[in-house]
Amino acid sequence: MNGIHDMGGMQDMGPVVRDPDEKPFHEPWEGRAWGLLRVMGSFRTKPVPNFRWELEIIPPADYLRMSYYERFIHNMVIWLRKDGLVTQPELDSGHADPGSRRYTPRLTPAMARAQLAQRAPAARDSVQLPARFHRGEQVRARNINPLGHTRLPRYVRGKLGTIVRVSGVFDLEDTDTEGLSLPGDKPQPVYMVRFGAQELWGEQAGRSDAVFIELWENYLERA
Amino acid sequence: MSKSSEGQVDRRTFLSSSAASLLVPLQSTQAQERPVGVGNGQSVASNPALRVKALESLLIEKGMVDPATLDAIVESYESKIGPRNGAHVVARAWVDSEYKARLLTDATAAIAELGYGGSQGDHMMVLENTPTVHNLVVCTLCSCYPWPVLGLPPTWYKSPAYRARVVIDPRGVLREFGLDLPEDVEVRVWDSNAQTRYLVLPERPAGTEHLGEADLAALVSRDSMVGTAKVAAAAGGRS
Repeated sequence: MNGIHDMGGMQDMGPVVRDPDEKPFHEPWEGRAWGLLRVMGSFRTKPVPNFRWELEIIPPADYLRMSYYERFIHNMVIWLRKDGLVTQPELDSGHADPGSRRYTPRLTPAMARAQLAQRAPAARDSVQLPARFHRGEQVRARNINPLGHTRLPRYVRGKLGTIVRVSGVFDLEDTDTEGLSLPGDKPQPVYMVRFGAQELWGEQAGRSDAVFIELWENYLERA
Repeated sequence: MSKSSEGQVDRRTFLSSSAASLLVPLQSTQAQERPVGVGNGQSVASNPALRVKALESLLIEKGMVDPATLDAIVESYESKIGPRNGAHVVARAWVDSEYKARLLTDATAAIAELGYGGSQGDHMMVLENTPTVHNLVVCTLCSCYPWPVLGLPPTWYKSPAYRARVVIDPRGVLREFGLDLPEDVEVRVWDSNAQTRYLVLPERPAGTEHLGEADLAALVSRDSMVGTAKVAAAAGGRS
């Protein structure tokens, strides 16, 4: 979806503001929010929509106004209710409904620590797929405008780039308009593609500068 | 499409009405991450601190959450998973050329040698800065970042200003960070839109030949590993 999240190339967002003494969490609630998000994920009822898609469909004005952790919490309240994990009266009162089901925590402190260090590569190394494009080849990013989630940002669509690496085989992350995987959501080769800055932005850009971005095979066509 | 637009309406209605019941209509607490230049937080939503507190207590009451688990997660990010890990990797690469070669060939494995890995670090790539090439990392679509080596991203990395501008005007953004690169240096911007996460290997500053790995690591700032700064020989590596 051509949403507010796809902001590469916009110019009206103001200066980059930095806090030289920034902490991982500015305030305790941010840490709690982050923890709740990690803890509650396992209670979600299937199918779980794409995590990023749920953030991307926050209405643009709200998306810009909310901080990173506010977006998570905002979404979490929505899906807790939608998945039937909490009820509206519970949200209103802040207390469990009388006689409602009591759960057992699924993540202990030790499990949470282990989970953070756990390796879970997304690459589908066991899938043997011939790469359609090879290193050094010129390609064009397709001009497509899907309504669901996509990892093909607007700023490279229709542009010419060069394959610099075949990164491996990965599942396509694109979704339908409900945030669910596309039918036949297939693993496919992913390529690191170099786009010259002048190809993307015209002659005001640095002549030798470039943007590197990984694109799934579906996003590319022969130049 | 009809189904999804209904869903959308449902969300919006929900946001403006029911979800608000967990909120108390006070002034927002310090909203540190407010994007600049896009209006300042008229409060749809709020007091996030109270909202999160209410949510946590409800979920504890329902038996879903053990507060000690939240403590463990917070503590991990505050004390264990952070940019000191990345600085260790960088310093090792500076003093050990064989390690550096492995790091540039298979970053995930070389980083794991030092004990780092996990969420958002399963497909790492290390980008070496040189006198002629300067690498810089962004996630234009989201805020993807290599947690095991750098921790959670700073606010500026997640800000619309950085995400939007760094692909179209990397030199301008770098100047705001105090880094004015000569024209003949090639600027490479890496967009973390897919599964790979990036760590910049900054140049080792001149005049540090006498320093060992630990002292070198102390010089390496977080920003230098994202590519928005260089490493200075005198310690100043706060962020």
